[in-house]
Amino acid sequence: MNFTLKIWRQKNRTDKGKLVTYAVSNIPPDASFLEVLDVLNGDLVRKGEEPVAFDHDCREGICGSCGIMIEGRAHGPNRKAATCELRMRSFPDGDTLTVEPWRARPFPVIKDLVVDRSAFDRIMQAGGYVSVKTGQAPDANAIPVPKHHAEEAMDAAACIGCGACVATCPNGSAMLFVAAKVSQLALLPQGHAERKERVERMLAQMDAEGFGSCSNTYACEAECPKQVSVQHIARLNREFVRATAL
Amino acid sequence: MSKPVAFLSSSVGRKMLMALSGLFLCSFLLVHLYINLFLFKQDQGAEFEMYGHFMATYPLIRPLEIGLFAGFLLHGVIGIWLWIMNRRARPVRYSVSRAGDNSTLSSRIMWATGTVVGIFLVIHVNGFFVQSRFITPERPMFEIVREAFTNPWLVAFYLIALAFLAYHLKHGFQSAFQTFGLRYSRYERLIEFVGMLFWLLVPLGFAAMPLYFLWAY
Amino acid sequence: MTLDAKIPSGPIEKKWDAHRFNMKLVNPANKRKYTIIVVGTGLAGASAAASLAELGYNVISLCYHESPRRAHSIAAQGGINAPKNYTNDGDSIYRLFYDTVKGGDYRAREANVYRLAQVSGNVIDQCVAQGVPFGREYGGMLDNRSFGGAQVSRTFYARGQTGQQLLLGAYSALSRQINTGKVKYYARRDMLDVIIADGQARGIIARNMVTGELETYLGNAVVLATGGYGNVFYLSTNAKASNATAIWRAYKRGAVFANPCFTQIHPTCIPQSGDFQSKLTLMSESLRNDGRIWVPKKKGDTRNPADIPEEERDYYLERLYPSFGNLVPRDVASRRAKEMCDKGFGVGSTKLAVYLDFADAIKRTGKETIAEKYGNLFDMYHEITAEDPYTTPMRIYPAVHYTMGGLWVDYNLMSNVPGLYVIGEANFSDHGANRLGASALMQGLADGYFILPYTIGDYLATSQFKAVADGHPAVAEAKGATQERIARLLAVKGKRTPDDFHKALGHIMWNKVGMGRNKKGLEEAIQQIAALREEFWKDVNVIGAAGDLNGELERAARIADFLELGELLARDAHHREESCGGHFREEYQTDEGEAQRNDKKFSYVAAWEHTGDGKEPKLHKEPLEFEYVKPSQRSYK
Repeated sequence: MNFTLKIWRQKNRTDKGKLVTYAVSNIPPDASFLEVLDVLNGDLVRKGEEPVAFDHDCREGICGSCGIMIEGRAHGPNRKAATCELRMRSFPDGDTLTVEPWRARPFPVIKDLVVDRSAFDRIMQAGGYVSVKTGQAPDANAIPVPKHHAEEAMDAAACIGCGACVATCPNGSAMLFVAAKVSQLALLPQGHAERKERVERMLAQMDAEGFGSCSNTYACEAECPKQVSVQHIARLNREFVRATAL
Repeated sequence: MSKPVAFLSSSVGRKMLMALSGLFLCSFLLVHLYINLFLFKQDQGAEFEMYGHFMATYPLIRPLEIGLFAGFLLHGVIGIWLWIMNRRARPVRYSVSRAGDNSTLSSRIMWATGTVVGIFLVIHVNGFFVQSRFITPERPMFEIVREAFTNPWLVAFYLIALAFLAYHLKHGFQSAFQTFGLRYSRYERLIEFVGMLFWLLVPLGFAAMPLYFLWAY
Repeated sequence: MTLDAKIPSGPIEKKWDAHRFNMKLVNPANKRKYTIIVVGTGLAGASAAASLAELGYNVISLCYHESPRRAHSIAAQGGINAPKNYTNDGDSIYRLFYDTVKGGDYRAREANVYRLAQVSGNVIDQCVAQGVPFGREYGGMLDNRSFGGAQVSRTFYARGQTGQQLLLGAYSALSRQINTGKVKYYARRDMLDVIIADGQARGIIARNMVTGELETYLGNAVVLATGGYGNVFYLSTNAKASNATAIWRAYKRGAVFANPCFTQIHPTCIPQSGDFQSKLTLMSESLRNDGRIWVPKKKGDTRNPADIPEEERDYYLERLYPSFGNLVPRDVASRRAKEMCDKGFGVGSTKLAVYLDFADAIKRTGKETIAEKYGNLFDMYHEITAEDPYTTPMRIYPAVHYTMGGLWVDYNLMSNVPGLYVIGEANFSDHGANRLGASALMQGLADGYFILPYTIGDYLATSQFKAVADGHPAVAEAKGATQERIARLLAVKGKRTPDDFHKALGHIMWNKVGMGRNKKGLEEAIQQIAALREEFWKDVNVIGAAGDLNGELERAARIADFLELGELLARDAHHREESCGGHFREEYQTDEGEAQRNDKKFSYVAAWEHTGDGKEPKLHKEPLEFEYVKPSQRSYK
């Protein structure tokens, strides 16, 4: 297969950046999108040009490193898949694909397609945990957890922190990301002691980072590679009311 | 941080005010529609006039009116504020966007539908409320309505504005429940059903009036 | 040099308790005077950094990812073992200990393994308390599944994302300590050298991967939690950035490298589909609980799997190992799959695959049950291959997955360099020649939460520390050497990309140092790797500048290290003239094709010492003694 790629190139944080057009050819349909970037980079290096920088690591859709806007869709056109899981058979041969980094004020571009998502870490540091020291834990079966709560908590915990929710949200909101953690820990008895402080602190950090607010377009859920549901945002909202209004 | 401060200083709190004011305005729409339905009564507006008179003179209505204006104002001001903040969250836009693949148009253009409805409100309030209350209080309301809705241009404007209102409600109604955290699997269907009735029937009800007048008079 | 494992005396079940009592403590007020550098934020690194900070030490935590949560521990799928005996099927600490020593083909230290089994229960408790959403039963209690190499169900799991959930648990503990300020955390830092001053590990040199600046981090001890070296094979299930640089730099500074040839080939991976491929994807071993492995009985059978009748299928694992069946340990399952394909029974377009079939399980338990257990794995498979495993059997083939070898450590997890600790996959300790499934997560977290935090205190309390500052000659020397190395890489300006060399190295490694090894092949490999290395330094083309985000430079530096490590791996495999666990020397096998150990000659840990570039490494032996689990021919029949 052959493709034309229009890729965002930006030297560093302060550079203005622009879309540059490249052609790649002889791509097998089973190749992943990132492997196409590998092929392109190999060509560029051989020509003495700087390869395209992009974040990636596990290449099996779990580490959350990769995240590219492909033809206006976070992680490309497929649902339930991160960029690394996207195979080229998902596109018609000869297609032109515009490839851009995540765009949000709290996600500044570092280089080309690499963005700084450390805002997510800071939100987690603000309260995305249960304050239990090593060694303090009671026996694992001491507190039963209803299966459906554990399952729902797992649905939320499946978040890989890739930032597709922010990237795709018309408001650049991180609500789905924050909700996934708040909801997970609100569903489990282990998280109950700190539920009020947690939701307040994580939301305060989210606002401080400059993310937009949720207007319930549900685009985040649609693009989330792990299908984290916006119901968790509903639960976050309830947790917020519990913490600040009740 | 005290609870009210914590509530208001969070973007989620502001969203809740947005939802709260929105649902409050929805409740007003229902009352408004209920009274206006008397326009259809074949009594040359007698009962409609009675309600109008009650609204204009009953003392408890004043604070409600003020509350209503405050509601509109709050909804508008927070809406604009959130819109600005949300725009600022993405200073560089995408050169290609296929938002239609992952969200509904109605959810993405609330700012636009809201603005149109806002402009409509100014014209609407000026044409009826201000007219009847302050400029020609002696004139029967029914007369004003009949005069307005026999003007085909104005009727067309109303119909367009109501279409925008419907589109605004289409997303806004169920969205408010999500913001309150109530759009939960158990109630999801119910909220969606009531929401659909609401955004379809209320604007249709309102639209029926100008059409009726245009046709009957 | 003599390698003293410092194994405490006394009966095995009392060793750890006695040792904990005998170790010196650092009093709480003094803990804040010590700084510990933890490199890596996977299960081992994040749990260690968080636990040390809770104790009151100052911790510097670094990772080369943009966030601790990206560490490759996140990709572990199946589960984590602990002998809780919640299933009432006869499990015990002793049984887990026994299974692990046996599973490791008697090449692990008994005392370490016993301790691992002892603390593994605490690990589960800890993770549950952190809010890890393990799978549960309807009564609200934790559920267990069975795993290869064991006949009890002792594996705790969070769907097919156990590693992710455990890592996020450790990450949350780390995040909490970053928030309190006890952990100073630095992202996108690539450790390029270790600083050894006055005989003690006192710091590291790291490259800021965004600015390219070389930075110095100093402290009282250095903990390497930097993972394994499976990427020496190029194609593996490891993440693309997983590398051996940190441990290799430590090796070159004097830490000895133990059992490098003990590498694990995982039996259930999605087969390679072409040369463009950048990595292999693992399908959790848990799939073998319900999936049945088979090949057609007829060679070169190209029929659709659904058209091959039952009697023309060879369920070879069930046939060869009636009691363990599809749940034989990984090394056995991998080797048998290779054997079947080598004999011409392979399936798929490349003929390098066997079927993993769920038709029976779906018939037995229903599609929904299977979807609940493995849904995400099935989705992943579907996404990659465009085949639906609910209706068509999966095609699987073994792939490099884990490295049991690593830096040598004593019972305290300290290398032979004082103050240099190595935890998790980066050390060699607990798995012998083959790791059982669901044991990597167990070891990483046991090291980080419950072992290192105790043992490091003893070292700090009993050591004298001279002041080491930026101007110290050891610091300047390490920094200079790193600078010079980077400059050398950039100066070659040859024609081939770093990736080209990596692929070439991987080709040699997989063909000659992979699942089946022999004397001749290994000798060729040693020569070919040396030649490739020479060519690398003549012809590699590293584009871009040192002072910039430069993925090519990062990669080139790692590949340069792999080109050295690959040779050591081959040397170790060459010297070990026996087959054990993941190390299969074709010359040494039983009549039935099983690995044949030579306990008389090779019951030891082979620890290699660097003696200078271009010189042969020196072999040191730490003898292994088995007091409790008597070595026997492993049998899973």
